[in-house]
Amino acid sequence: MDETVAEYIRRTVLKIPRDEIKTMLQKWGFLSEAQLQTLNFHQIKDNISQEVVQLCEENSADIKQAAVLDIIYNHIYQNKRMWSVYQMKKTGEEWEYFDITDFKKKFKGRLRSALKNVTITFKEYEDNAIWIRVAWGTPYKKPNQYKPSYVVYHSQTPYVFISASVLKSNLPLLCQALIVASNYHDIREMELRSHSLNSLKDIVFKRYSQNFQTYYPKPLQGGNVEPESADIRIVRENRSEKERIHRLNREVFGSGPQPKLEFAQYKLETMFKSDPKMGVLDKKEPFRCLVKFSSPHLLESLKSLAPAGMADAPLSPLLTCIPHKARNYFKIREKKGLFPENFVSP
Amino acid sequence: HLATSLPLPSERDHLRPRIDLIVFMIDIKSKYSLKNVEASLAHVDASFFLGKVCFLVTGVGRVNACSIETNTVCKLGEAYCSPVLFCELELEGIRVTTAQRLLRMLQICAGHIPGVSALSFVSLMRNSDDD
Repeated sequence: MDETVAEYIRRTVLKIPRDEIKTMLQKWGFLSEAQLQTLNFHQIKDNISQEVVQLCEENSADIKQAAVLDIIYNHIYQNKRMWSVYQMKKTGEEWEYFDITDFKKKFKGRLRSALKNVTITFKEYEDNAIWIRVAWGTPYKKPNQYKPSYVVYHSQTPYVFISASVLKSNLPLLCQALIVASNYHDIREMELRSHSLNSLKDIVFKRYSQNFQTYYPKPLQGGNVEPESADIRIVRENRSEKERIHRLNREVFGSGPQPKLEFAQYKLETMFKSDPKMGVLDKKEPFRCLVKFSSPHLLESLKSLAPAGMADAPLSPLLTCIPHKARNYFKIREKKGLFPENFVSP
Repeated sequence: HLATSLPLPSERDHLRPRIDLIVFMIDIKSKYSLKNVEASLAHVDASFFLGKVCFLVTGVGRVNACSIETNTVCKLGEAYCSPVLFCELELEGIRVTTAQRLLRMLQICAGHIPGVSALSFVSLMRNSDDD
């Protein structure tokens, strides 16, 4: 077995938390159940990984199998990576039947014709997701297995989720191979990024709970409204205001869990509006400013702002439009016309 | 009675008893909270400021999260001739002590302590620096 493959397998096993190693190796399926029985999972990870490498040596593992193990690890720990969303476009409306073998052949062919040194691995999952791992090399160097790109493609949709490696120069080639293989015409990057792959899928596939225009004849006893205090001596004066806030919140955010995003970024290219007497920024140039909101769970925290009394309801549509517009990067420019207002660029 | 801002909703006027003490709670982590209190102060009748108003600043335990300077709140207290109390609601001991202090003030403002009026009490509470 190649030394580089052995080292790669060793390092991949070391990344896995000790309690998960057995299940992951079983999912991998490269080592037989009998071989797995011989492993002692109660020793330090260094020793476990050495034993795994030895077993792989017995089975003559090559880089292809090692790459599959890497995909399995990244599928389970997908939230450690940053994912971007890309949308593909077709010229016509005809939907051809999707053939997975054809897709793989075309994808590999396109990449290999441009770059000889690449490692390409595919793995399909039950939810129609095709995971592709690409390790990039150069015409003179073997592929760097430690900085691969990952692509997740749901064949029934025009969306592709990419976690690119640091080597951004390979991205155009990757995109080209994708459209060729999937019979699309064009691909563009959406302004939507997050660590949570499932949340990105929820947003573009519209799987999160949205507000529907329903007519409620009576005010609903929403679960979010604070329960009546157990102590009857406490009187809450603003109950109707609280109910209004909860109702508005429910209308904007829906009543289900929000997709998980970590930040929203607004790039302002607007004019600085100040008291003319202050004389600040006499030049009529846009005031460049970047506003970034970060949170472990941005949409849930925005949802809780008004009920917590930290902001007025309704919230600014610039914040609430994030899941509907499927973007968390915005450019705000001046609207040219009689009434200078801000508008969001497409 | 708990309210998020003033003025109080008029539909409940007939259900409300006499108000003896108004405690304005300011969360030191939220500038919005200070703005809200400043806006609500305009709706308070002048007679309350003779010892029946108090400012309670919460969240002072989290030093890293302060958005308002204590100086600002102290100046607010001076402007309205009312005492400013600081507390941290997340610590049970301080929460209980603060509640006891407020209760004591309420007893005085309601006239339950003979010999001490709200006005005389608030002049005792004044910072000695003011003189």
